[in-house]
Amino acid sequence: MSKFSKGKKKSSPGINTASLPDIVFMLLFFFMVVTKLRDSELLVKVATPFATQLTKLEDKSLVNYLYIGRPVEKYRATYGTKPRLQLGDKFANINEIPIFLERFRVKIAEVQRSKITTSLRVDGQVTMGIVQDVKTELRKASQLKINYSAKKKPE
Amino acid sequence: MAKKNSRDRMSNEINAGSMADIAFLLLIFFLVTTTIVEDKGITVKLPPWSEEDPDITKLKTRNVFAVLVNAQNDLLVRGESMDIASLREKTKEFITNPAKREDLAEIPTKAIITLKNDRGTNYETYVSVYNELKAAYDELWDEMCLRKYGVKYSDDLPLAWRKSIKDEIPMVLSEAEPTNFGEEK
Repeated sequence: MSKFSKGKKKSSPGINTASLPDIVFMLLFFFMVVTKLRDSELLVKVATPFATQLTKLEDKSLVNYLYIGRPVEKYRATYGTKPRLQLGDKFANINEIPIFLERFRVKIAEVQRSKITTSLRVDGQVTMGIVQDVKTELRKASQLKINYSAKKKPE
Repeated sequence: MAKKNSRDRMSNEINAGSMADIAFLLLIFFLVTTTIVEDKGITVKLPPWSEEDPDITKLKTRNVFAVLVNAQNDLLVRGESMDIASLREKTKEFITNPAKREDLAEIPTKAIITLKNDRGTNYETYVSVYNELKAAYDELWDEMCLRKYGVKYSDDLPLAWRKSIKDEIPMVLSEAEPTNFGEEK
């Protein structure tokens, strides 16, 4: 008999929320780890092309980014629609690349400097002219490890 | 009154009830600011800069796989136009030369791929061509690695394995200075 009466007596207990902070912290840490706070606002439109033979950039502290694309709507009046280069958070000329690379290089420990990768985030619809000029400038500055940023091609 | 309070403080624990709120606040901040960027791409090693042009006259024509992408985004491979879709297979055939043909590479170590584009070539096309050429090599490495070691080629393999494969099929892709056609004004 007691078996059945026991069930009736049970009142619904409140959910124990003591572990809630732990769960939330776990989520928090996940997001903190995967987050890369965007350091620069994009002034150019960059839609990277699709490719299949991709490698992942492992150490983000050893990567610097060059953006090439057409200026976004806001800046068209001043900068036109020709593809432009963006270094950091402003438009730049090709000849400013060596200084940009050097500024990045001095922040990295000497032993790791050979591992610096330059990620070229280039819009798919620009012509190769400007890309080629940038590549030549990178070669002159002996920054030879580059990465054409691309998205995984959907199957 | 004040005395009683101070005594209370000694015995009280810190109230952890608001911890969840604080954590949520931080969580929401990170959720909003997060952009999970896909940092992937085709890794390329550029050749060092030199003032004089490389001398390619010494190469035999059969060992050179010349790829040209013009300003109209058309592909010219060894003097014939080609579709991007068939580029990978053709490249693999050229490198390995399974039928021992006279006009394809003697051995994979001597095979050289040259890629040339116009200044007016679309970047998207250029990347997809580069991607196909790289894919040809990646597939050959995979096949060879499977044959030799029973696993697919990857950068996690021991250095000796990787070296033995790259010694047999080295990736030689030279990029010529582009011609000035189709540059945007």
